[in-house]
Order: sequence, then C-alpha cells, then structure tokens
Amino acid sequence: MKNWVIVFGGLLISSSFLEAKQIGAAEDLNWLTQAERFIEMKDPSIRKVALGALLMGLSCGLIGSYVVTRRLSLFGDTLSHAVLPGIAVGFIWAGEKDNFSLLIGAGIAGFAGVCCLCLLKKFTRIHEDSSLGIVLSAFYALGICLLTRIQKVGYTDQSGLDSFMFGQVSALSSNDINGLFITLLLISLFIVFNFRQLLVTGFDPQFSKSIGIPNDFLQFVLWMLIAFCVISSLQLVGVILVSAMLVIPAATASLLARRMKTYLVLSSLFGAGAGISGTFFSFLGKSLPAGPLIVLVSALLFLIILFFRPEKGMLFCWLNTRSERSRIIIENTLKAAFQILEQKGFEENEITSLEIMKKRGLSRPEVEKEIQNLTTAGLATKNISPIDQVSLPSQTVMTLTPKGWEYACRMVRNHRLWELYLTNEAEYEPDHVHEDAEKIEHVLGEKTVRQIERLLQNPKTDPHGKLIPSITDIHQGNLPGAS
Amino acid sequence: MKHHDLPIEVHDLTVSYQKKPVLYGVDLEIEEGSFVGILGPNGAGKSTLIKTIMNIIKPNGGYVKIFGDSPKTGIKRIGYIPQKESVDWDFPVTVFDVVLMGRYGYHGWLSRIGKEDRNKASECLEQVNMLAYANRPIGNLSGGQQQRVFLARALAQESAVYLMDEPFAGVDAVTEKTIISILQEMKKAGKTLMVVHHDLASAKEYFDQLLLLNMRKVAYGSVSEVYTHELLQKTYGGKLAVLSEMATEVAKNADT
Repeated sequence: MKNWVIVFGGLLISSSFLEAKQIGAAEDLNWLTQAERFIEMKDPSIRKVALGALLMGLSCGLIGSYVVTRRLSLFGDTLSHAVLPGIAVGFIWAGEKDNFSLLIGAGIAGFAGVCCLCLLKKFTRIHEDSSLGIVLSAFYALGICLLTRIQKVGYTDQSGLDSFMFGQVSALSSNDINGLFITLLLISLFIVFNFRQLLVTGFDPQFSKSIGIPNDFLQFVLWMLIAFCVISSLQLVGVILVSAMLVIPAATASLLARRMKTYLVLSSLFGAGAGISGTFFSFLGKSLPAGPLIVLVSALLFLIILFFRPEKGMLFCWLNTRSERSRIIIENTLKAAFQILEQKGFEENEITSLEIMKKRGLSRPEVEKEIQNLTTAGLATKNISPIDQVSLPSQTVMTLTPKGWEYACRMVRNHRLWELYLTNEAEYEPDHVHEDAEKIEHVLGEKTVRQIERLLQNPKTDPHGKLIPSITDIHQGNLPGAS
Repeated sequence: MKHHDLPIEVHDLTVSYQKKPVLYGVDLEIEEGSFVGILGPNGAGKSTLIKTIMNIIKPNGGYVKIFGDSPKTGIKRIGYIPQKESVDWDFPVTVFDVVLMGRYGYHGWLSRIGKEDRNKASECLEQVNMLAYANRPIGNLSGGQQQRVFLARALAQESAVYLMDEPFAGVDAVTEKTIISILQEMKKAGKTLMVVHHDLASAKEYFDQLLLLNMRKVAYGSVSEVYTHELLQKTYGGKLAVLSEMATEVAKNADT
C-alpha cells in the first residue's frame, strides 16, 4: 500500500514536471517566433499597431517638448481627463462608435475645460494647480457617469468605448491611424513654421510681445494641438496614461538637450522608441496591455538616461567621487612618506610599512594595499626587506621613484604654502590652519600655487618652521633625498 | 508738427493692474537722444509705465505715441530689456540663441535668419565681453552675465529707442560699470534710453534726465533741475492715500 502511494506520487510529480518543462519549451519557442513575427511585420495587425504607436510617440514627443518647457504638464493631464465626457456625449449623439463624432465631442469638451480654467483664473484667486485639479476631477467624474449610463442602457456597438479609459490596441482602426497621422502632420508643420516664435515666447514672453509676436495666439494653437494629440492617442494609451506620454519623453530629453532643436529631436525619438518597444513587449507578453507598457518603457528610458547620462549622470558622479577619493588617499600616503624621510633628515630613502602605519594611524593590510597602489601607479618600488625583523617581521620596504618623489614634494608644498597663506594673508592662528590645508592641498592648481608663491615672495619655511619645497628645487633635484 | 519727431509721447495715461490703478494721468514727452533714469519707490508704477509704452499692458485711459505712431506699429522701433524675473532661465537655449532673438524683429514669418544676423549677434556679444560664453546654456550664467546677454540682445535689435527695466538689479559692481559704459556709448551714438533704476545715489551720476514717478509723474527734467530735496521727498514720501483709494473705486465701477 505504502509503495503504491510512493509510486503514484512519484509518477504524479514527474509527470507534472514533464508537463511544466514542455510548457516552458513551448513558451521559449513562442517567444522567439513571436519576436520574429514582430520584426518581419508581415502581419497587418502588427503593422497597424506598430505604426500607430510610432506616430503617437513622435507627436507626443514633439508637442511634449513644449508642454514640459512651458510647464504645461498639469494642463495636459487636465485636458486628457476633460475630453472623457465629450467622448460619451459624442457616442450618445451618433449612437455608435463613430470616430468623427467622438472626436468632435472630445474637442468640445476639451475646449469647455480650457474655458473653465480661464474663468477660474479671471474671477478667483485660486492658484492654477488647484483650478487644474478641480476641472480635471469634475470632468472626469462626469465622463465616468456618462460612460456607465451608456453601458447600462446597452447600445449595440459599445465594445470599443471602454478602451478610452485604459487604451485598447486591438480596437485600433485605420481611421485611428489616419487621425494619428494628421495630428503628427499638423504638429510638425506648426513647429517648423513657428520654431523661432515659439522659442522666444517660451523663453521670454514679454520680449516676444515687444517684437510683435502674437503670444496668445501661439499659446492657443499649442493648446489645440495638445488636445488633438491627446484625443488621437486615447485609443492606444487611454485617458489616464496619455499625459504621461506628453511628459516623460520630453522630460527625458531635458536631461540631455541644451538647445530646443536637439530637445525636439531627442524627445520625439524617445517617444517613438517607447511606442515601438512598448508594442513589441505587449506582443511578446500576449495578455499584457500595450498602453501601460509603452508608458513603462518610456519611464524606464528616463531612468536609464538619468543614471547614465554624461557629466551629471548618477553613475558618472559616483565614478568621479570614487576616483577622486582614491587620488586623495594616494596623495596622503605620499605626503606621509615625505614627512618620514624628513624626520630622518633625508639620509635614507627607504620607508618601511611600520613607519607609514605609525604616521597615518592605519592597520597593516591597509598600508600594504596603499603601497601596492603606489607601486601600480609607478610612484614607488617595493621589496620585502629583512632589516628590522624584530619589530615587525617581513614588512614591506618602499622607495619612492623620481616621479613619486616629485609628486610627494608637490603635495607637501601645497599643504605648507596654504598654511603660510592663511596665517600671513588671512590672519589665521598658526594652530588653526592644518585642518584646512588638509583639504585644500588636493585641489590647489599649479596656477594658484604660483600666485600664492608670488604673493608670499617665494617663502622657504611654513608657519611651523618646516621646509617648503619649491618648484625649481623639485625640478632641479636640489632637495636632499632625491635620487 | 514738432510732436511727430518725439520718440516717445505719453498723454494722460492711466493704467490699472488687476483693478488697482498704478499710474494716474501721466504726461511725458521724451526728446530724441535723452538718457532718462526712471526713479520711484516700490509699486510706483515704473515697470508698468515701461510695459504700457511697449504695448504689453493696455492702458485704461490716455495714449502712447511712438514717433507719432500708435504703439502697435511703433514698438518695432524700440528695443526692450524686461525684468530678469520674467524670463524662464531653465529654458533650453544657449547664450547665442538668446542674442539672435534680437534679430527676430527684422524677419517676417517665413524669412530665415542669415549669416548677417549671426555676425551681428557675435559682434554684440563681443561688445559686452561675453563672446566666450556663446555656446553655454543660458541657465549656467551668473546674474551679471545674464544681464549682459540681455544687453547684447538689445544691441542686436539696433533700435533707435531702448526701454530697460532694472538692468542693474542683482548685478555686481564690475558688471554695473560695464553696463553703464555701454549705455553711455549707445547715448553717444544718438540712441534714446529710458532706464528703470532703484538707486538714488548712482542715478545722479548715470543719467542726464530723471523721471520721478509715484503713481503719477512727480517731475521730469534734467538731473540738476529735478534732483532736489523737495521733489525727492515728494516722490518717496509715501503713496497718495486718497488718490489711490478713489482711483480703485473708480476702476471698480468702470469694470462692472
């Protein structure tokens, strides 16, 4: 009986394991073929969706550049929510999902939303962010009520209506593609013919008014185009996420671009890239919705650029501070080496790890590592010496190379010069200057050093009576101990 | 008629701002080649006067004439430096782009910015000692450098008349000297300049004429005539409470 159970159980486990493996293999195959199918673009439905996402990405990226630089992000958000009741009314009016009437409804509702904003601005002291919030939520709530009503009443062709909330790629019609194409065309034409005017009104509205540019008219056309862009993108990403497409690609471009032209190019590229890859991933994942994936990809792009961009990127800064820190450690060791030799009256040129340990207050492995670093940088040579086996067996002995010696002299000079400068010129007390010099010595440039030397008339000793190695001494090898 | 030659003529100008009048019955005639400093306490309407002349704010009463023309056509002959705060300094433009904006007024809707405009822009940047910064993003500059770029843009406009709103605000002493020497050169070249200024002591040194403003014109004339204890007292001695109150009432009634 017991055996039976084991055998049965074993069979069950192995069979389910087999099954799982098979499914996995099938999925692997599926992934590859799916990817292949997407890249080949033979399937007309794939072509349609990819084209739609590409067009949307381009227009959102272009118009989004103006949304972000003019701080209209919240406005875009409000507009995208405000069109919802218009879509519902357009549906009731036409009795079916007729794109044209939906578009007109959305346009009118968007316009009404903008009018509400203007009225609030004119007649109240409510700040713009609050009035945007009021209009956004009121219109959105109205839209949801109307849409629910439509569903309850039960129109024949209401299937596509839900898609306006969250976007539904499968319901994308060739009419929608046409709409996206026309929007992109309008936006591009507007930008090409008004590039200069848009630049100057965005940067300095008062100046632009003074040279006779119609600011208000441009702003109005911009609003209209944002509305077009929102309405035509609804089918792909839905009411809630469309404002993300207006903001994220442009914000990503703002991390990199210095001029408006680059800004526009980058932003539209990021938008298009997110559109295409979002549809690609949704195609691979089968049941995953394309709209949210498009938004996710553009957010991911934003993060990647934020992290890896040159100069100000997080990775770049991190690497920079790291290399800076290791340079400071090397410089401090070199300075310690100089001071050790100085204490011995420059009669020897060998420095033991024990001496550095004492001088810098570090443990033995730390000192060994630093000596290794100096050797790799060609600033010192090391050998294991048996001279002082009693105090510390098999310790490392290091000799500075000429290059290392010069570097050490420079560091000591920087430190002592700065101390002297502070006591003489800034009237610091001699016992206050050391801490400050510890930091400054690593950042003093050659030019500043010369300036200080001239100011202090090429001093020979620091406030504590110690030698300041001068540049000429270093170069001519006049210092004792230079080999 | 003599009036037609005047670069700027302001007649009985009344302006209110969100229903609060800031300027009341201002008359002004600026001769060609004047170098005018506009002085007055905070809220006296200095910027408002400039903006109304520039047709940025519409007046409630009275009129502005520029070379005898209406401001709408006339402003193209005036160079303008707005207050620094009115500009978006994070905008993705370079210093050179900004100076080039001074040339936009010469181009219609479809005509392109040409090599001549670029040369002119470089020349003007050189004049304010900022050519080395031409390709920097505008947001990377210090306050004084930004102000010099604004001046370069104004120079690129090659106008006959210039209105400047606090070009010395937030500027270090060295830059202030550079700016004033450029303004003096512009004056020598026969330009008419009106500059909003906030420092009484230096105003006496810098300008030829002074306009003392506090809701209404207190005085306008050459520095020696106007810079008197009595008139300055009148300008800075507080707002005219009754006038301000009544004017607010009138504006309210007019609107409803």
